[in-house]
Amino acid sequence: MTQEPNKTIKVIVFQLENEEYAIPVHQVGSIERIMPITRVPGTAEFVEGVINLRGVVTPIIDLRKRFSIKNYEMDESTRIIITIIDEMDVGLIVDSANDVLDIEEEAIEPPPQVIGAVEEEYVSGVAKLDKRLLILLNLSQVLSSREVRELYDIEV
Amino acid sequence: MDTNQYLEIFIDESNEHLQSINDQLLELEKNPNDLAIVGEIFRSAHTLKGMSATMGYQDLSNLTHKMENVLDGVRNDQIQVDSDMLDIVFDSVDDLEAMVLDISKGGNGARDVSRVVELLQAVELGHVLKDGKEQEDYSGNSDDLQLDEFTRAVLEQSAEQRLNNFQVEVYLNEDCLLKAARVYMVFDVLEQIGEVVKSQPSVETLENEEFDHSFKVLFVTEEEEEEIAGRINKISEIKQVEVSTYSLDKDESQSKSEIEQKQNIKEEDKQELADNEYKGKQTANKTIRVNIDRLDVLMNLFEELVIDRGRLEQIAAEINHLELNDTVERMTRVSGDLQNIILNMRMVPIEQVFNRFPRMVRQLSRDLNKNIDLRIIGEETELDRTVIDEIGDPLVHLIRNAIDHGIEHPEERLAQGKDAKGNIELKAYHNGNHVFIEIVDDGAGIDREKVLGKALSNQVVTREQAEKLTDKDVYELIMASGFSTADIISDVSGRGVGLDVVKNTIESLGGNIEIDSELGEGSMFSIQLPLTLSIISVMLVEIQKEKYAIPLSSIIETAIVKKEAVLRAHNREVIDFRGKIVPLVFLKDIFNVPLELEDQDYYSLVIARKGDKMAGFVVDSFIGQQEVVLKSLGGYLSGVFAISGATILGDGQVALILDSNALIK
Repeated sequence: MTQEPNKTIKVIVFQLENEEYAIPVHQVGSIERIMPITRVPGTAEFVEGVINLRGVVTPIIDLRKRFSIKNYEMDESTRIIITIIDEMDVGLIVDSANDVLDIEEEAIEPPPQVIGAVEEEYVSGVAKLDKRLLILLNLSQVLSSREVRELYDIEV
Repeated sequence: MDTNQYLEIFIDESNEHLQSINDQLLELEKNPNDLAIVGEIFRSAHTLKGMSATMGYQDLSNLTHKMENVLDGVRNDQIQVDSDMLDIVFDSVDDLEAMVLDISKGGNGARDVSRVVELLQAVELGHVLKDGKEQEDYSGNSDDLQLDEFTRAVLEQSAEQRLNNFQVEVYLNEDCLLKAARVYMVFDVLEQIGEVVKSQPSVETLENEEFDHSFKVLFVTEEEEEEIAGRINKISEIKQVEVSTYSLDKDESQSKSEIEQKQNIKEEDKQELADNEYKGKQTANKTIRVNIDRLDVLMNLFEELVIDRGRLEQIAAEINHLELNDTVERMTRVSGDLQNIILNMRMVPIEQVFNRFPRMVRQLSRDLNKNIDLRIIGEETELDRTVIDEIGDPLVHLIRNAIDHGIEHPEERLAQGKDAKGNIELKAYHNGNHVFIEIVDDGAGIDREKVLGKALSNQVVTREQAEKLTDKDVYELIMASGFSTADIISDVSGRGVGLDVVKNTIESLGGNIEIDSELGEGSMFSIQLPLTLSIISVMLVEIQKEKYAIPLSSIIETAIVKKEAVLRAHNREVIDFRGKIVPLVFLKDIFNVPLELEDQDYYSLVIARKGDKMAGFVVDSFIGQQEVVLKSLGGYLSGVFAISGATILGDGQVALILDSNALIK
């Protein structure tokens, strides 16, 4: 291997309704099995509630609901990915998470107009690896608390 | 010298000394002839000077030195204490504070103080011209330790109290590099076991390293000679220590005649000072400084323990094993004690906040040409640090308010048959799980008509509403936003923002504020605060299948009423609760709780209050009372309606904590 290695980023890969998504590993705190979630009233639909993550009360959002994908029963493979954005911990419920990959930066392309079921603003790029297509999520957009608050304003 | 490791201690102690100087200066203003106070100030200033010189902050040490000279003049009756002189000293304290602040922010404490220095010098020279000779005498450089009468009095006093007076002569190694540092260490050691009364050469000369390799100090202590010598010898680079008993008679003859004249006049003061000094020494507790972050970490760890304790209790109850139950019970008791200790460790006296007020009141009353006496009661009352940090600004505002709007000008007061001097009383005390802080003034009071007039013109209330308002309701109006009753908007207060902010801050701390007033007699602002913010007692309830926690502090009682007992008024469901009409709040509707249970034919109610208003929260069952750790929902979900936070229950699940203030309208 004398060739100069290309710059790569490490990502966590997870599944959501037959599609594969990826988020950079440095934005991920941990991956948890599903655990009891306490509903928080007066929040947006996609906010599932809060969990006790080793003594820290952590909000959880359901990515399916966030992306308006049809509902799905949680099962053994359902996972909560704890992400850290702007020093906030937020958990994402996904169908399953089972892969850590290195993606070469060159393999990442800007998002096409329409990609899967997810709106463009939430996507930072797509990566093609062999036969797999990974959608890289723009987490700060996904987790933007703007919508959470707007909803709160209406309720009061 | 690498002084970084001492920097924190230096800053802490400097602040303490500055605060003490501030306090004592205010005392001095009240009793200008009390030389004991001057002695206190002098000592604080002196220590500060020594510390800053050792740490290499020249400007700080120079200014302190100038201030010390003035104080010395006062002590020797050469400078008269008056408010002009005190103003200058206060100014220099302000400068010192600014310097220490600069140092704590990582600066070098440099500051242009030439104006203050000039003023101080002017004060100082004022007496030197008059009395230059004596000054020379005092700082004499002869070999023997010369005593001024102040020192003499201390020594005499200590002899009476069976304390030992020693002359300690310390010889440093000839190759000692940091003489000033060694001197500082020696003084430090000595001050731990007694009192350094005098040194030869003077401390200042020692600090500037303007001495050979030996110096003498006069020292008062309970300890024996060997102990002193032993302790000093532990410091490195010390060649030799000679400790000898110092007898007062030795140089009695030298200066007796000179001293005697003044001695009679001051004898009483001295005695008092010496008394105070030793009383202070004996009662002083041993303390250590702990970084507040460490306490926070400890608190966090303990919170986790509390959660696990809850869990264990639950498991033990399920298994019902005798020995397990015993152990868990014991653990619960021990951790309960531990909780008290940890919470107590985080408690700090409210003095920290209160002690900046005398200075503020003095300044403001001078600015506004008012004559005001501030009385502080209960400054030793303790509160959680988190509360202390937040309560300062609201109090500043309320006190400014009392000075500006409350207390009248002296002429007005005389015209109304009051004492020309206005009084403000700041009082703190414990009551149950709460701390009360009251600010009482004997000023003009709140004029109901004026407040109402303003509220009407600002459209805060309508005319119909206005007529129905009770006096208390009217006073509450002044805390509505955009309200100011001062006829002239002054620099001090009355910009129309503030009292609403005060109210919000206090409510966000889980407390509340009440106003009482009598026109022409004065007003009282009473603040109620929780002792701590991190662990609270709650009532756990179930709403359908969801668990919620309601803070006990807002609950009056619980009740179960038949559905038939519910009445309807103004389209709301109410009950007649002990003769009062209490509206019902259906939590399951407000929180959109999924319905899973069948309707029962009675309601379980939690009667809660906010000020004078009450409401009955309808729940499905009561689980019980519990101590829980208050946790925030995190930034992502901040501002959720009627939820003030969350807690983790024994089974590891999260329960939300209700904000009952938001639910009672």
